[in-house]
Formats: sequence, structure tokens, C-alpha cells
Amino acid sequence: MLPDAVEHHHPALAHQFDSLAQQREAAALGMWVFLVTEVLFFGGLFATYAVYRWWYPDAFAAASHELDILLGGTNTAVLITSSLTMALAVHSAQLGRRRLLLLFLIATMALGCVFLGIKGVEYYHKFVEHHVPGPGFEFEAAYARQAQIFFSLYFIMTGLHAVHMIIGIGIMLAMFWMSWRGRITADYYNPIEVSGLYWHFVDIVWIFLFPLLYLIGRHA
Amino acid sequence: MQTTVAALPPRHYLNDGFGIRSWLFTRDHKRIALLYLATITLFFFIGGAMAVLIRLELATPAGDLVTDETYNKLFTMHGVMMVFFFLIPSIPATLGNFLVPLMIGAKDLAFPKLNLLSWYIFVVGGLFTLYALISGGVDTGWTFYTPFSTISSTSKVVPTALGVFITGFSSILTGLNFIVTIHRMRAPGMTWFRMPLFLWSIYATSLIMVLGTPVIAITILLVAAERLFHFGFFDPAVGGDPVLFQHLFWFYSHPAVYIMVLPSMGVVSEVVAAFCRKPVFGYRIVAFASVAIAVLGFLVWAHHMFVAGISVYAAMIFSVLSMLVAIPSAVKVFNWTATMYRGSISWQTPMLYAMGFIGLFTIGGLTGVFLATLAVNVHVTDTYFIVAHFHYIMVGGALMGYLGGLHYWWPKISGRLYPEFLAKLSAGIIFLGFNLTFFPQFVAGYLGMPRRYHAYPPDFQVLNVLSSAGASILGVGYLIPMAYLMWSLRYGRAAGSNPFGAVGLEWMTTSPPPTENFATTPVVAWDAYDYKGEVEGRVA
Ligand SMILES: [Cu+2]
Repeated sequence: MLPDAVEHHHPALAHQFDSLAQQREAAALGMWVFLVTEVLFFGGLFATYAVYRWWYPDAFAAASHELDILLGGTNTAVLITSSLTMALAVHSAQLGRRRLLLLFLIATMALGCVFLGIKGVEYYHKFVEHHVPGPGFEFEAAYARQAQIFFSLYFIMTGLHAVHMIIGIGIMLAMFWMSWRGRITADYYNPIEVSGLYWHFVDIVWIFLFPLLYLIGRHA
Repeated sequence: MQTTVAALPPRHYLNDGFGIRSWLFTRDHKRIALLYLATITLFFFIGGAMAVLIRLELATPAGDLVTDETYNKLFTMHGVMMVFFFLIPSIPATLGNFLVPLMIGAKDLAFPKLNLLSWYIFVVGGLFTLYALISGGVDTGWTFYTPFSTISSTSKVVPTALGVFITGFSSILTGLNFIVTIHRMRAPGMTWFRMPLFLWSIYATSLIMVLGTPVIAITILLVAAERLFHFGFFDPAVGGDPVLFQHLFWFYSHPAVYIMVLPSMGVVSEVVAAFCRKPVFGYRIVAFASVAIAVLGFLVWAHHMFVAGISVYAAMIFSVLSMLVAIPSAVKVFNWTATMYRGSISWQTPMLYAMGFIGLFTIGGLTGVFLATLAVNVHVTDTYFIVAHFHYIMVGGALMGYLGGLHYWWPKISGRLYPEFLAKLSAGIIFLGFNLTFFPQFVAGYLGMPRRYHAYPPDFQVLNVLSSAGASILGVGYLIPMAYLMWSLRYGRAAGSNPFGAVGLEWMTTSPPPTENFATTPVVAWDAYDYKGEVEGRVA
């Protein structure tokens, strides 16, 4: 607990709140509610995926084999590592260790960029192999139609995930700026904490996307 | 009871800064509420203009005023404007924005900047849709059914859909803000069960906004991707299923009906208590009924798809679940009626609207039970019976509640009284005009008149002429309040802090309230609707 004077007259305390504690709780709850929204946003996609995978298991397995498991696996490792650096950034912020915080924020952003770079390479391969749905789509004749649904889902699901990554990196840039200016202290670190929640959520989405898209029928 | 105040308070949120910048960059929830009010009024009259053209066309059996394609665009844009740009934001974004912090004794919403952002998002979404309207319109119906919307239609589907997509985020952010505010910003002593029922309604509504809206957002995105990039999600040519689109669409769009009507129910609870001078009968049950409606509302969506090829077992389950929604809805109607029993009722304008709501919502709700019944549903699917049913809910219910609430809190919002006689008169005109417009549509639909055609057999003309005549009366009824409310902003008598002698924190501050809402944070030591308590002693 902070002394009363700090708690109620902190420069970071917004006018509508009575105390920093109330502000922190509101920010955290706000982010959790937002993440619930995100769960339903991706939920619509997962529901669509479930229906078509149920209907066309063979086409989905065949199409899934066209994905690059090595690049996808590498990206999974990259993202999990970024979640670790993010957690360490939040921890450093709590301790008020600014240089460590800046370092971990940079690491998180860098890993995010690596992820997007690898994703870009994968997209490029799919483009070259005519696996982008639409008039130019090519696939073995038996599954030529239904594989389009798989690749449509692949592009929209990983694409929206990538958009979330880009937004996340933008948020991390803002966090870096705030920390650089010394506005993040051991008394007031909820922006970092809340951004961390968002970053972890985006990682978790990928943890579901990777097996559902890359690993269909790989055990055989 | 009526405190005699001759003039407005010297300092309030309306004179705290003048000029366009003080409005466009405001973070005051009360000013943002007014920004919304102006915007949705504009969209209401645009959507209303479409309705005027529709009713003019239908005055004669022949399709002589507009072509069939123009007619398709008219009813589509009428639906899109009214549903997404008027009804869904109507009460939450205006009265909700204004009242949530006041009713819980807070200085503002939890996230004032986010609140302003949500208005800007709303405006951008509206501009997209207006662009679609001006550049040729869209003809898919407000439901954007595939594969017509993704493959066949040549109209402006993508700009309209993006407009709806963008606007959805404004709705999500508003709901999020309300949920966090109600959880974390309540004044000392303001427990959950001391909150006015309006807040329970807004809370339940916010849950739907936060849980439902993202699903329609992703659905619309899939439609846009299918149309723009030839991705295959719902396209039968690659094995896609158009019925899946309907599932996803109605998963949001049925609960969206409760986004429209739950806040109106909240208004009715406040108004009935205030004008009967009694606490709402069965407070907790009414509060839980709001939550029950929000939850059950997510379990009934396929009643829009009974003829779309879903399995008969699914249809039976959705039929029964749909009927269950009638229970919490009826609980509310009975409890309002019980509140009025032996109350000292004063028939002022908000109470007239509340009575209108109770009657019309009951008709809309009961015909909803007819429609949930499989056999009847198949018989009247896509007829005017459906059109009449949902207008009884959305116009007879949601819009009546909105107008009632707008009148009830207008003295708080503007600090001035509206002219009571004119207001009562227009409430009567609206009630008459509404019933004349939509009751004949029940009959026409039951006799088999299909919706969404610009021409019809001459047998239906009498009913349609009645309906068109009613619509013109209804139109006049909407213009009168528009005129006198604007007039009252300048010429109305100063209202004083509590012109209706109501209880509730919002009445304990000045009208209009100061920017920070309360001079000191109130401490609540009483239940909602404490009309038996010493009201006088509590009015600041
Ligand atoms: Cu429905």
C-alpha cells in the first residue's frame, strides 16, 4: 500500500478515479473485457473452421500438408519466447528497473518482428505455389474446391493474427516511449501490465492456430 | 417537492467551454452523450426518409413510384440505418452515456478518452455507410445474406458492410466502458442491489454488446473477403455453406434486438417508479430478468432460420428456447403493472410513453411467441406479419422507451422543461400513428402478403393504404418533439434540479449538472426508488 498522499495525488492519476488502486483495477478489468471480445472475434473463425474441418477432413489434411511445419514451428518458439520477455518486462516494471524494462520491451518487439518476417516468407511461398484462394488457385484435383476453404481460413486466421501482432508491436512502441520518458514507475506500471495481457492473448491465439492449421493428420 | 429555481445554475457542463473544439475534444460523458444524440437523430431522419418512400410506393398495388431495384435499396438502407446507426446506439450511447456515471455517483466513465474515440468510430462507420448510400446504395437487405451479397449483388455491399463493421467497435467500446464503470466506479454505499434498474438493463445490454458484436464483425469481414478476394467461406461453388453465414449473422443479430429493447425496459422501470411514486415491485426479480434476457437471447438465434434447411430437431430446440425468453419479459411487464397498482400515478409525458411501451411491447412479444412456434413460423415466414412483429418490438418498444427516457431526463440534460401539452399531444399522435401503420401489417402478413416487394395484389390495398396513412401521422409525431425539444433548449423554463420529484442520484445534482457531476462524492445509504423515505431531506 502506498502512502495516502501518493495514492490520491499521483501525477498519473486520472481525474475520474479516486485512487491509483481504483485506476489499476479499472484498467485491468477493461483489458480482460476486451480480451473476452477478442475471444468471440476469433471464436467466429474457429467455429467456421470446426464446421468445415468436420465436413471435409481429407481435404483439410491434404491442404495442411502444404504448410511449412518447420517455419510454423520456429514461429511458435519465437512467440513463446516473446511471451517470456514480455512477462519479464512486466516484472521489471513492477520492480521499477527502467533499463531492464526497456531491454525486455525491445526484445519483445524484435521477436514480434521476427515472427512477422517468417510469416511473410510463408505467405510468399503460398503465393508462388498458387495456394492463394481465388481464380488462380491450384491444387490436386480431388480436393481442388474444398482446399480453397482451408486456405481461405488459413489466410484470414493467420492474417488477422498478424494484424493483432502489428498492433501489439505498436503498443510496445508506445510502452517503450512511456518508459523512456520515465512515466512508468514502481507505483504506476499498469500500462505495461495491461499491454502484457494483450500480448499474451495474441500468443495464445497462435498456440491454437498452429496445431489446427499445420498439424492436421501429421501423426500418421 | 418542486424546488423553485428560477434560473439555470451559474456553472454547468454546457457552459464549461464554448466553441467547436470544446465539443470535438471533450471527454465529458455528458457532452459525448449529446454528440451521439445529434448524430443518431440525423441517421434516424435519413432512415425515416427511406421509410417515407417505401410507404409511398406501397400506397398503390402497382410498382409505380420507384423501380424494383430502387425499392430493394430503399428497404435495405432503411434497415441498415435504423438498426445499426439508430436503434443499437440509441439509448446506451445517449442516455446511458449521460446517466451511468450520474446514477452511480461517479465523476465520469472509467475511460473518457475511449468514450470519445467510440463516438469518432461511430461517425467514421456512418460516413462509410452514407458513402455507400450516395454512390448507389446496397440491395441485399440489412441481413447481407450470402451468396447474394458475396456473388450476385452488384451494389455497394463492401462499403456498407465495412460501415457496419467499424460501427461495431464503437458499440463494443461503449459496452466495455459501461461494464468497467459499473464494476469499479460506484460511489460509497452504492451496492449492486441499490442501483437503479436502468443500470441493470444497461449492464445486461453491455454484456451483449461485448459478447455479440465481435461475432458479427468477423462475419462481415468474411463476407467482404469473399467478395473482394474470392476467398471461399460461404460459397457453395467450393463447398461452402450459406446457412453457416446465417448462423453467424443471427448469433449477433438476434441478441441485438435486446441491445435495442433492454435499455428501454430500464427506462420504463425508472419512469413507472417515478410517476407512481412507488418502488418497482420485485426489484431483484426485475434486475435478474434483465440478465436472464441477455443470457437466453444468445440461445435462440436459429429461430430466424426455420425455413433455411436446419434440422427439425435443431428447430424444435430453438423453438422452445425462443419461447423461454417470454418468461423474463413477461415478468417485467407484470412487475411494472404491479408497481402501478395503488400507486399515485401522474400522467405526464414520460409515463405516457412508458404505458405505450408496455402495451406495444406486449403485442410485439406475444407475436414473437407465435413466430417461435414452428408451424406458424413456416406459414408467415417472410410475410408482413414478421415486419409488423419486429416493428412492434423495435419501434413500439425500443423507440417508445427512448422517447420516454429522452423526455424524462431532458430537464436534467438541458436544464429546461419541455412544453408538457405539446409533448403529451405528440405522444398520443405517435401511439395512434404507430398502431395505424403496423397493425394492418399483421393482417396483411397473415393473409399472405410477402415482404420486400414493391408491388402487390390489389386485394391488399386497403390494408396498405391504412398503413401508409398511419406512417404519415407517425412522421408528424416524430417531427413535433424534434421541434419543441430544440425550442426548449433556448426558451424552456428552467427545470430546477428535480422537476419530477424523483429519487436517484442524478436528481440530487443541478440541472444541467456541473462537469464533475457532483460537488462532493455522494454517499448512498438507501435503496433505489426509496419513495417512502424522506425525499425532501436528500435533495441537495
Ligand atoms: Cu430473433
